[in-house]
Amino acid sequence: MDVDCEVSAAAAAAVTNGLGGGEQAAAAPVSADQLDVEAYAAQYSGRTRVARLLFIAERCGVEAIQLEALRMAHDEARAREDTVLYLDAVLKINSRLGPRYRHDQAWVDSVNRRAEQRKEKLETELNGYRTNLIKESIRMGYNDIGDFFYAHGHLSEAFKSYIRTRDYCTTSKHIVQMCMHVILVSIELGQFAHVTNYVSKAEQTPDTLDAVIVAKLRAAAGLANLETKKYKLAARKFLETGPELGSNYSEVIAPQDVAVYGALCALASFDRSELKSKVIDNINFRNFLELVPEVRELVNDFYASRYGSCLEHLEKLKPNLLLDIHLREHLGTLYNDIRHKAIIQYTLPFISVDLNTMASAFKSSVSMLEKELAALITENKIQARIDSHNKILYARHADQRNATFQRALQTGNEFERDIKAMLLRANLIKHDFNQKNWPGQRKMNL
Amino acid sequence: MESVEALVAHIQGLSGSADELAQLHGLLKQADGDALRAHSAGLLPFLSHLHPGAHSLGYLYLLDSFVSSSANLRAHAGGDLLVTVADFLTSCSADQIRMAPDKFLNVCRVLKNEVMQLNAPIRGIAPLRAAVRKIQTSSEQLTPLHAEYLMLCLLAKQYKAGLSVLEDDIFEVDQPKDLFLYCYYGAMIYIGLKKFRKALELLHNAVTAPMSSLNAITVEAYKKYVLVSLIQSGQVPSFPKYTSSTAQRNLKNHTQIYVDLSTCYGTGSYSDLETFIQSNAEAFQTDNNFGLVKQVLSSMYKRNIQRLTQTYLTLSLEDIASSVQLNTPKEAEMHVLRMIEDGEIHATINQKDGMVSFNEDPEQYKSSEMVEHIDSSIQSFHSLCPSIVSTNITEDLKYSYWIA
Repeated sequence: MDVDCEVSAAAAAAVTNGLGGGEQAAAAPVSADQLDVEAYAAQYSGRTRVARLLFIAERCGVEAIQLEALRMAHDEARAREDTVLYLDAVLKINSRLGPRYRHDQAWVDSVNRRAEQRKEKLETELNGYRTNLIKESIRMGYNDIGDFFYAHGHLSEAFKSYIRTRDYCTTSKHIVQMCMHVILVSIELGQFAHVTNYVSKAEQTPDTLDAVIVAKLRAAAGLANLETKKYKLAARKFLETGPELGSNYSEVIAPQDVAVYGALCALASFDRSELKSKVIDNINFRNFLELVPEVRELVNDFYASRYGSCLEHLEKLKPNLLLDIHLREHLGTLYNDIRHKAIIQYTLPFISVDLNTMASAFKSSVSMLEKELAALITENKIQARIDSHNKILYARHADQRNATFQRALQTGNEFERDIKAMLLRANLIKHDFNQKNWPGQRKMNL
Repeated sequence: MESVEALVAHIQGLSGSADELAQLHGLLKQADGDALRAHSAGLLPFLSHLHPGAHSLGYLYLLDSFVSSSANLRAHAGGDLLVTVADFLTSCSADQIRMAPDKFLNVCRVLKNEVMQLNAPIRGIAPLRAAVRKIQTSSEQLTPLHAEYLMLCLLAKQYKAGLSVLEDDIFEVDQPKDLFLYCYYGAMIYIGLKKFRKALELLHNAVTAPMSSLNAITVEAYKKYVLVSLIQSGQVPSFPKYTSSTAQRNLKNHTQIYVDLSTCYGTGSYSDLETFIQSNAEAFQTDNNFGLVKQVLSSMYKRNIQRLTQTYLTLSLEDIASSVQLNTPKEAEMHVLRMIEDGEIHATINQKDGMVSFNEDPEQYKSSEMVEHIDSSIQSFHSLCPSIVSTNITEDLKYSYWIA
């Protein structure tokens, strides 16, 4: 009987917390009460808006927000005549939103038919241009086909078409345009190796580029690095993104995102001096940070060693960040890195640290903190030893003189051993050769 | 075609100077073969006319043809024959017997077989040790006798006796096969004496020796190499550059469970290792390695406790028990106590609080013993230098021997 009561109490608590009974997947339950779906979606345009809305719907635990996101995704997909995304949205809605949001096969068919017609028209035009061998028209033809495929959600065909324009690019402006298209499609496809490739191609063009385009390229490069787990490079790229970016790149990334990604990656991978020079004193980046004051507070706290409040801010941001399509897989690693960095920085100036004060500063229990410290010491990130009886951490500086003696003696022993083995081997080889050369004589060398 | 009596007279007469010995040697070689063999059964009484020390060469020839016939051996099994041979080996003259090394080796081998048949390997140890010393031209040379001698020591469990031969460094080897057996048996003796570092050196030589095709001894040596390196340092080093390509490619295929054992050891979990060993116990038993494997298992605790000394200054016994996966703090206390006694860690146990405090290594490298130690190491390097230089010069420069 007791067990039943306990279970029902827990369930009641869960419900009041807003954690719906819907699928939680493997992720931690996300309380996204603070997420304003409309405002979030307004930051983006194009395909990524729909993709992000679908992502939020999938990962969010709250039914209300889920439905809201799905409804917006559906409307958007319908307006853009993107059948792939439309079908995806309808599937997820599952008739929960009423008759208007049911699967409308007629509409899908009509859109597909129109798409077919347009595709044929474009292809005939392209063939015409190809026979005429006018470079510029061929290029524009391929571009149009690429745009068409992209609009209808056929990403790999769009990719191929854009790549084909490369042969017909004459000016650097064309090249840059091609690169931007390819980058856009690659980001959506998740092929970040291509992104890095084409960013460097675009940056290598001889003409000076428009500031907006430079900012876009930096942001894209940062994103690619983030997704391939190169956090330090990602941080550098994001921090170099100029404020001209504004909302010009809303089909990929919003300026708030640049701030958040850049700040988190920088915290996780930069050391103190870099943090100060590149993040805190960076005037350009300040514009971005103003958009997300919480993150700005976070960075300042970290630098000023107010680790408790810094970690608190991080925890508060966590649920919303988990709904971000690019940041989600990396959030765990980034948070861990930031926490470890905080611990290491905390212990650095002291000879001895009382674990109780440290635990209260980091808002965790002493035993958990002790385990974390032990792990960091084993990885050689902290030079210290733990006095488990009195719960104190003592800094320990290796005795150089003793260590040198020890190493010298050890090297000497190994050297002697290796020389003897070498002499032996040389002798063996000599005998082998002897036997090969004079097969008849196998005499003992006495 | 002289009669045996005439031969004996020659031996007695011509065993004086080097020229006479050369002449005697020629005569003996002539007489060898049919003449001696035909009369082999009757040779025994003639031996009593000869003195093993002064007439070693002749004695050797007669003795050799006598023992070469197994009928004779069966007839005289045990008893005096063994004593005669043992006597000869201990008292023969080194110069004389070196003129007929094959026969000498043959006689020694026969002795070894006899004592093994009699199940009394200990009787062969003293004579063979003397024999090894006599047939060696220098203390750096390896002879086939080394392997036989070490095998007898192993069978008789007289490990200390084997030590005297093992302490010499070997630089000259005639038959690579001798080397493998020598390294293998030598390593087993060191393992018996728990001198794992020296065992590792020998096994390392066996595994990395140049070879064109894999042999069974190397495979067995590699198995033990894996186990001993796990006990000694907790990991198996990878093959150095100079290992022959045959060894590198094929050794791991023949010793798969040992490779798996070392990966399992690397995870640091005692229970996993234990289950792995239990499931493969039969395989280890057939290789006669089960004792070593159990030592590997107990070394796991030691390694984990040593890792703790790097992280903690003081630690309660319960925490030690839980992090090393022991069952009770009492067991943890026992392990730590044993390690302190063996000198593997420096610590003090405070029984009142149930705490262990880990101390730094008290060695300050300031004492005079340490200075002497360093000095003697430097001396031994200097003594190696001439041999390195001389090896270089005597090599024929056409061939590139150095693959180190």
